[in-house]
Amino acid sequence: MALLEIQNLNRRFGGLQAVNSVSFTMEQGMIKAVIGPNGAGKTTLFNLIAGNLPANSGNIFFNETKINGRKPYQIARLGLSRTYQNIKLFHGMTALENVMLGRHIRSKAGFVAGMLNLPWTWPEERMIRDKSMEYLDLLGVAGCADIEVSNLSFGQQRGIEFARALATEPTLLLLDEPAAGLNIYETAEIGRLISKIRESGITILLVEHDMSLVMDISDEIVVLSFGEKIAEDLPHNIQQNEEVIRVYLGDEG
Amino acid sequence: MDLFKRYFPVFSLLAVVVGIQVVTHFTETTYYLTQLTMSAYYSVVVIGLCVLMGYGGQISLGHAGFFAIGGYLAGALTTHNLITLKGHRLVSLLDNVGLLVDSKGLYGGDLLTVEPWAACIIAVLTAGLIAFAIGGPILKLKGHYLAMATLGFGIIIYRIALASAYFGEADGISEVPGFKLLPGIEVSGSFVSRVLNYYIAWGMVIVAVILLLNLIHSRVGRALRSIHGAEEAANAMGVNTARYKLYIFVLSAVFAALAGVFVTHYNGGIGPSEAGVMKSVRYVAIVAVGGMANIWGALIMGIVLNFLSLRGVFGSYDDAVFGVILIIIMLFAPQGILNINPGQKVKSLLSFFVSKSGEETTE
Repeated sequence: MALLEIQNLNRRFGGLQAVNSVSFTMEQGMIKAVIGPNGAGKTTLFNLIAGNLPANSGNIFFNETKINGRKPYQIARLGLSRTYQNIKLFHGMTALENVMLGRHIRSKAGFVAGMLNLPWTWPEERMIRDKSMEYLDLLGVAGCADIEVSNLSFGQQRGIEFARALATEPTLLLLDEPAAGLNIYETAEIGRLISKIRESGITILLVEHDMSLVMDISDEIVVLSFGEKIAEDLPHNIQQNEEVIRVYLGDEG
Repeated sequence: MDLFKRYFPVFSLLAVVVGIQVVTHFTETTYYLTQLTMSAYYSVVVIGLCVLMGYGGQISLGHAGFFAIGGYLAGALTTHNLITLKGHRLVSLLDNVGLLVDSKGLYGGDLLTVEPWAACIIAVLTAGLIAFAIGGPILKLKGHYLAMATLGFGIIIYRIALASAYFGEADGISEVPGFKLLPGIEVSGSFVSRVLNYYIAWGMVIVAVILLLNLIHSRVGRALRSIHGAEEAANAMGVNTARYKLYIFVLSAVFAALAGVFVTHYNGGIGPSEAGVMKSVRYVAIVAVGGMANIWGALIMGIVLNFLSLRGVFGSYDDAVFGVILIIIMLFAPQGILNINPGQKVKSLLSFFVSKSGEETTE
């Protein structure tokens, strides 16, 4: 069975059908991209999968578990992690602490144990810290570990958000426009990183506007337009798809 | 090494506490200890609220309500005479398990009241349960809406205290007996145990500070701070944000109630002003002055401002002073006065006036 299976998913905002009967599946280990013009419903789709928005109808199965209707924190515990289009870091905390939050679901010290600073929580704290440093290191931002995140550059913040998402050890990673606001060198760097993440066994679903990046790294592409899926194919077929070209360039194109 | 860094200020605090007691002893100014004792109790409320507001990011304008629940219940249970109910099954059951005490009243009558330990536990548990019950629904609210909901709660408690005969209406409760923590250690306002009570109060502050410092540096504390930083992302990291917000709300309510119990025994009574909205505003103002996410700032400001207030320095403008403090802090030092960088403040003030005159010239 597929890792992620989306069946006839619908979401309306008032009179606007933001996601209209979208279905697709994702196999373990692949990189799938969702593209489409602005307002096509890509971010809405992400929010539906991650549990931030309830669907009007349709089903989402993750690892054979039905996840629509579940809370985001419950879905996260099943092994789904995400990044945001406009980075959402925990302000007032250092880069390291941000990534340590990623280890939240992989650790268990509770309220009372924390208040009493019980010795058995110490090795776990050390583990959280060491693991988090590894992820910062992997993203090349270990140097910022002790800096409060609002003082970091955009690129560094993106790296920290990535590290935080990876620190949860997800099976499925949702990346919402990972290359937004990056220059071509940084975009190429992100592309290499995404491929590297996939090699470590993590399945990736991404929304992205940068076509060169999408064509480079994805195994399959889903195209949305006005909430509907108009194509799903291999990258080079998508490039030839007339419907897709029409949506992107207009009728006269 | 980290632990040393965390606890070092606690040792310094302990040294200061002892130092002050020794100095007042030799300068024969031990009367200051009374206000310092009460300030210490109020500071327990403040640091609990500090963790809720500064770290959890949730405001409460109803913490005087929790303080009052603790104080009033402890006061009422330990003063109301149950002798006429002695035949009742429940009362005799409580009596048999030792939760009631027999004593002689002021005018020689027999008194049967709840043992202070039992009353304390009942009072604190009740405050915790109420916080748990109302916290579930109201913590779904954010910002102004949460402030208004907690304000409403505070007003309800205030009106109940003021209206119910059981809680003494406008007079409040008086003649509350002392609270024997251990044989020979009693929380009471008696003249001879002033020094002892000073240390009891500060012992409670130090324990509270250590617990809260541990909490904010723990896994759960990180999760709390992440809710403040970006709630949606915290949720996406698997943090059950609703549950953590509720936990910290209940914890801060329990701290407030515990302080209420001790203050009531220490003062020998409690009145409706303790439940008032202005008290809640005062606690919020002190947390803001201390720098929101700063337990030490909240503690220091809690002691200093409560001490001045209790000494009557602000006179009848007491509440007005706290209002003004809140406005000034929000305008000029939203990070708290311990974080002021004087040079930068002068610069920003100058730029404020410069830009103002600049606007005039362009018009």
